[in-house]
Amino acid sequence: MKQDKELDTDFGVRSLDAVCINESRLAHKWYHNFKYLFVGMLFGVVLVKAEIISWVRIQEMFRLQSFHMYGVIGSAVAVGIISVWLIKRFKIKTIYGEPVKFHPKQFSKGQIYGGLIFGFGWAITGACPGPLFAQMGSGATVVLVTLLSAVAGTWVYGLLRDKLPH
Amino acid sequence: MMEILRQPWPWYIAGPLIGLTVPALLLIGNKSFGISSSLRHICAACIPANIPFFRYEWRKETWNLVFVAGIFLGGMLAAAFFNNPQPVRVNPALVAELSQYGITDFKGLVPHDLMSWSSLFTLRGMIIMVAGGFLVGFGTRYAGGCTSGHAIMGLSNLQFPSLVATFSFIVGGFLMANLLLPFILSI
Repeated sequence: MKQDKELDTDFGVRSLDAVCINESRLAHKWYHNFKYLFVGMLFGVVLVKAEIISWVRIQEMFRLQSFHMYGVIGSAVAVGIISVWLIKRFKIKTIYGEPVKFHPKQFSKGQIYGGLIFGFGWAITGACPGPLFAQMGSGATVVLVTLLSAVAGTWVYGLLRDKLPH
Repeated sequence: MMEILRQPWPWYIAGPLIGLTVPALLLIGNKSFGISSSLRHICAACIPANIPFFRYEWRKETWNLVFVAGIFLGGMLAAAFFNNPQPVRVNPALVAELSQYGITDFKGLVPHDLMSWSSLFTLRGMIIMVAGGFLVGFGTRYAGGCTSGHAIMGLSNLQFPSLVATFSFIVGGFLMANLLLPFILSI
């Protein structure tokens, strides 16, 4: 019984999260993960080449001195909305023939408080989590410190979670 | 061809490519695009410390760690083969502002005057890299996602909470960049 309760807690915790529910009932061999490595690589190349990982571009964005980042995010969202609509409209299946699942997000005050806190960090470091990995790859080894600090921040959130307003 | 790849890519190429990551991940394995969760999986894998938030089967989310490893490799690839030798073109108003703080070198994507191993042990470097990183990790998890999970994936799926989160990211960024960051940079 205790075990069940813990599992429940875990699900409650996970359902609040951005990507944590990715239950596929299909079991895959380890090498199936290579496709994510490949998509990640393409994504990383785009982050570098469009200068999305540039600290200065982020400063320009937050000072309304350049349209670049708004164009990137806006067109990405537009393509994302159309893609998701097409997948839903035509019930497009995954390459394994499974129906595509979407996970509605629940509102919590964390999206405001946490969102503001992340916004502060984004403007200071000039990077959101994805660019941290790409910056390190492109040779800025010191960003490892920023990444470890971000892991520490995530850990402290996990520690304090019950005491924070949600 | 190589010349074109070496140039900085315009937003109307990069944005749609980033948007296509959403259907790509959905169709190759039913995965919702999101990056900040990888930080949580690292905690769960390395230092769970019996905290409920980190007690889950992180191995099921291995794909996410592989995905961010791919981003790292993509960064290496871009720097090795399509490196733009020119400095980043910056708005002149920003150049003038940053030069007041001794930031004049725009050769790399990460300004060397601000973030380097030698500046890590200055007060300014500590605040920028250590405190800044902490806020990124804490804030994204508190918000339940970052620019990818909320602003791209969440908005693509027309999720109201993601709109709230995205709005908060932008407000936080504007406040920091315009009000507080100038003080930090002038240290």
